Amino acid sequence: MPLYHNDDQAMLKDSVAPFVAEQAPVSHLRKLRDSSDATGFSRDLWAQFTEMGLPGMLVPEEHGGLGMGHLEAGIVLEEIGRNLTPSPFLSTSVGAVAALAKAGGTQAGRWLPAIAGGEAIVALAIDEGAKHRPDRIATTATRSGNGFRLNGKKSFVLHGHVADMSIVAAKTDGGITLFAVPKDAKGMTADPRRLVDSSLASHVTLDGVEVDADAVIGEVDAGGDILDALLAATRTGAAAEMVGVGQGAMDMTVTYLKERKQFGKLIGEFQGLQHRAAHLYGEMEVARATVMKAQQLLDEGSEGARLMVSVAKAKAGRAANLAVREGVQMHGGIGMTDEYDIGLYMKRDRALAEYMGDVHYHIDQVARMNGY
Amino acid sequence: MSNLDAFRAEVRAWLEANCPPEMREPVRDEDDICWGGRKFEFKNAAQKQWLERCVEKGYTVPDWPTAYGGAGLTPEQTKVFKQEMARIKARPPLQSFGIWMLGPALLKFGTEEQKVHYLGQIARGEIRWCQGYSEPGAGSDLVSLQTFGEEVTDPVGGDHWVVNGSKIWTSYADKADWIFCLVRTDKTNKYQGITFMLFDMESEGVSTKPILLISGNSPFCETFFDDVKVPKDQFVGEVNRGWDVAKYLLGHEREMISGGGAGGDMISVGALFAKSLGLNANGELDDPILRAEMAAFDTDVFAYRAMGERFMDMWKTGRAHPASSNMMKYVGTELNKRRHELVMAGGGADALEWDSDESKGGARARSWLRTKANSIEGGTSEVMLNVIAKRILDLPGA
Ligand SMILES: Cc1cc2nc3c(=O)[nH]c(=O)nc-3n(C[C@H](O)[C@H](O)[C@H](O)COP(=O)(O)OP(=O)(O)OC[C@H]3O[C@@H](n4cnc5c(N)ncnc54)[C@H](O)[C@@H]3O)c2cc1C
Ligand SMILES: Cc1cc2nc3c(=O)[nH]c(=O)nc-3n(C[C@H](O)[C@H](O)[C@H](O)COP(=O)(O)OP(=O)(O)OC[C@H]3O[C@@H](n4cnc5c(N)ncnc54)[C@H](O)[C@@H]3O)c2cc1C
Repeated sequence: MPLYHNDDQAMLKDSVAPFVAEQAPVSHLRKLRDSSDATGFSRDLWAQFTEMGLPGMLVPEEHGGLGMGHLEAGIVLEEIGRNLTPSPFLSTSVGAVAALAKAGGTQAGRWLPAIAGGEAIVALAIDEGAKHRPDRIATTATRSGNGFRLNGKKSFVLHGHVADMSIVAAKTDGGITLFAVPKDAKGMTADPRRLVDSSLASHVTLDGVEVDADAVIGEVDAGGDILDALLAATRTGAAAEMVGVGQGAMDMTVTYLKERKQFGKLIGEFQGLQHRAAHLYGEMEVARATVMKAQQLLDEGSEGARLMVSVAKAKAGRAANLAVREGVQMHGGIGMTDEYDIGLYMKRDRALAEYMGDVHYHIDQVARMNGY
Repeated sequence: MSNLDAFRAEVRAWLEANCPPEMREPVRDEDDICWGGRKFEFKNAAQKQWLERCVEKGYTVPDWPTAYGGAGLTPEQTKVFKQEMARIKARPPLQSFGIWMLGPALLKFGTEEQKVHYLGQIARGEIRWCQGYSEPGAGSDLVSLQTFGEEVTDPVGGDHWVVNGSKIWTSYADKADWIFCLVRTDKTNKYQGITFMLFDMESEGVSTKPILLISGNSPFCETFFDDVKVPKDQFVGEVNRGWDVAKYLLGHEREMISGGGAGGDMISVGALFAKSLGLNANGELDDPILRAEMAAFDTDVFAYRAMGERFMDMWKTGRAHPASSNMMKYVGTELNKRRHELVMAGGGADALEWDSDESKGGARARSWLRTKANSIEGGTSEVMLNVIAKRILDLPGA
C-alpha cells in the first residue's frame, strides 16, 4: 500500500478538517480554559463528533462502529492537534477501543457500542508515577469472592474524573490484567489536576475497589498483549496529534515570517530564519511519514509495528517540539504573550510529549528492539 | 492487489533463478559496482552474467518504457521489484549517471530518436556518462557558468559548436565515455543562454586531470575543453534553454543522492556495534552516552526510511511537491554524515587505521571522509535549505 492517503481517506480529511477548524478552533480551548471548565472538554462538541460517527471510528462494525483503522483515526487526531481541541477522543476512541476490541468478550460487548454511540467516556489508568513505566506496574488485583480487589495509585489519568469507565492495569498472580472499572466503583477516587496545557488529569486512588470477575478485559494474567495494543494505539495517536500540533505551530510561524517587518524587511527574508524554517519543514515531513507508517503497520497487524510505533512517538515528539520552540522564538516578544496562540501550542506539545512515553523512553525502546 | 501479488511471485521466481549468489553479497567498495561503459572491466563472470540477464528483461531500468530498454513497470510494480531485490540483497546490476540523471532528463526533454538511441545505450550499460556542470567560478551559483560554445556554420563537415572552457569536480570524467555538459551559447542572457550538450569524451580537445580527495581516493577530475567540436544536433531540449533541463536533472540527482529509495539499506548503527563494544548485564551497549546517541540516530534512520518510502510513492505518482527532492537530499545526506561520525566513534582507534589489512585499507576512515561530500555534491545543504524556503515555504526574498 502506498504511503499516502487514498481517496476515501482524503475525503475524510476534507470533511473533518473544516469541521474541527470551525467548531473547535483555538478560541474554543481558550473559552474552556478561561471559564475554568471542570469537565476538561465540551460535551456539546462530543455530541457533534458523535453525529459524524467519530467516537466509533475504530469500533468494529458488529459493535456499532465504523470499523476504520489507525490511518483514519490519525486524520482526526491531526486536526485535533492543529486546533488544540480538548477532547476525550484519544483515550476513549483510540486507546480504550484498541484494548476492548483486542480483548473481545463481555466488556467489549458492554462498552464498544456505548463508545460508538458517544455515551461513554473512557479513561486509561496505566501510569503510576511522573514517568511512563508500564513494565513496573505496582497496582495489585487480588482474588476476592467471585471477583477481585484493586489497590494502588494511578496518575496522569486524562479525563479520569469524568470517565464512565476506567481501564485499570494491575498486577495479578501470573501477570498483568486489565480491568474495566465503572465510574461509581466504591473505593476509587479521582483527584483532577489542571495541567500546563489546561487539560485535566487525575491522580486516581484505588483503595480496596471490589470488581466482579467479569470486569476483567480479556483473560486474567493475559493482559500484557491487550495493554500492548492499548499502548501502541495511544502512542501512535498521540504522535498523530503531535504532528497536528507541530504543523499548526509551523504554519502559524511561517505566516508570521511573511508579515512581520524589522530592519525595513520582512523577517522571512533573513536567511538565518529561512534555514531554520526549512530545516523544521524537513523534520515535520519526516515525522508525518513516520507516523503514517506506524499507522499503516498497525492496521496491517504487522510485526514491524512495535518498532515503528516507538520511532513515531519519538520522531513526532522531536519534530513537534522543534516546531513549538522555533515558533515562540521566531515570534519574538509577542510569542511570549498569553494573548498569542503560539504559546498554547508549546504547552499542548509538552503534555503530549510526556503522554505514554516521552522521546527518551521511546528512543531507549528502539535500542532494545535492535538488541542493544 | 492480486495482480501485484502475481507480479511479486513472478519477480521472486525470476530473481531466485537468475541472480548469481555472488551478486547477493553486500557491496564492499567501488570495485564491486558495475558502472558499464566502453572502458569497464567486469570484476568476475557473475557480475557480467547478472548485467546481461537484467538487460534482457529490462531490469537495469525497470520503470523505463520497454521501447527504451526498460521493463515498463508501473510505480507499484517498481516498488515490488525493489522490495524483492532487497529481500535477497541483490546488488543493482548496473549503476550510472545515465540511469540516475541523464535518463530521466531525456525521458522528459529528449526527441524520440534520442530516447531510442541514448536511453537504449544506458539501459544496456554500453555508454558511461559524466556530468559537466560545475566550474571553478560556478558552484552553488551554477548559472554563472562560462564554458562557451561558439556556433560555426560548416556546409562541409556539418554545423557545429566550438566549445572552450573548463569544468571541475567532474566525477569519473576519466572513466566516462560521454559527457552531458552545460555550455553557454548566449552571453547576453544568463538563464536563457545555456545549452544542454551531449558529446564524446574522446572528442579532440577534451582532457581530464584527476583531483585527489581527503579520502585519498580520486574519483573526480578537472575537465578541459580546447576547441572541442560538438555537432549542432547533439543537445537536449532547445538551444539556449538548457537551464530547464539542467534543473530538472538536478531534481533527480538530489533524489538519488538522498538515498530516498535506498534508505532501507541503512541498518541500525547500534546493532552494528553491539558485538565489538559489548553489552552490559541489562543487555545495553556498554557505553551509555554513545548508546544514547546511536539510538537517537537509529530512530532518525527508521523515520527517514518511512520518509523515503512516502517520498518515492508520491514522487513516482506525481503527488510530491516538485521541490521535495531538495528536502530529501538535505535530510538524507545530513543523516548519512551523522552515521559515519558514529561509525568512527564506535570503531575507536581501530577505525583510524589508514592502510592496514585489518582495516580493509582504511575503509571506515575513507568512507567517513567521503560522506562529507554528500552535503556538497549535487547542491549543498545550504542551497537545499534556500530552495525549500523559496519554493516550498514561499518565504520572501529567498
Ligand atoms: C519577557 C520580556 C521582557 C521584556 N522587557 C523589556 C523591557 O523591559 N523594555 C523594553 O524596551 N523591551 C523589553 N522587551 C522587548 C524585547 O527587547 C524585544 O521583544 C526583543 O528585542 C525582540 O523584538 P520583537 O519582540 O519586536 O521581535 P522581532 O524583532 O519582531 O523578532 C521576531 C523574530 O525575528 C528575528 N529577527 C529579527 N531581526 C532579524 C534579523 N535581522 N536577522 C535574523 N533574525 C531576525 C528575531 O530574532 C525573532 O526571532 C521584553 C521582552 C520580553 C519577552
Ligand atoms: C564528491 C563530489 C562530486 C561531485 N561531482 C560533480 C560532477 O560530477 N559534476 C559536476 O558538475 N559537479 C560535481 N560536483 C560539484 C558540486 O556540485 C559543487 O561542489 C557544489 O555545487 C558546490 O559548489 P562549490 O564547491 O563551488 O562551493 P561554493 O558554491 O563555493 O560553496 C561554498 C560554501 O558556501 C555556501 N553557499 C554558497 N552559496 C550560498 C547561498 N546562496 N546561501 C548560503 N550558503 C551558500 C555553500 O553551501 C558552501 O557551504 C561534485 C562535488 C563533490 C564534492
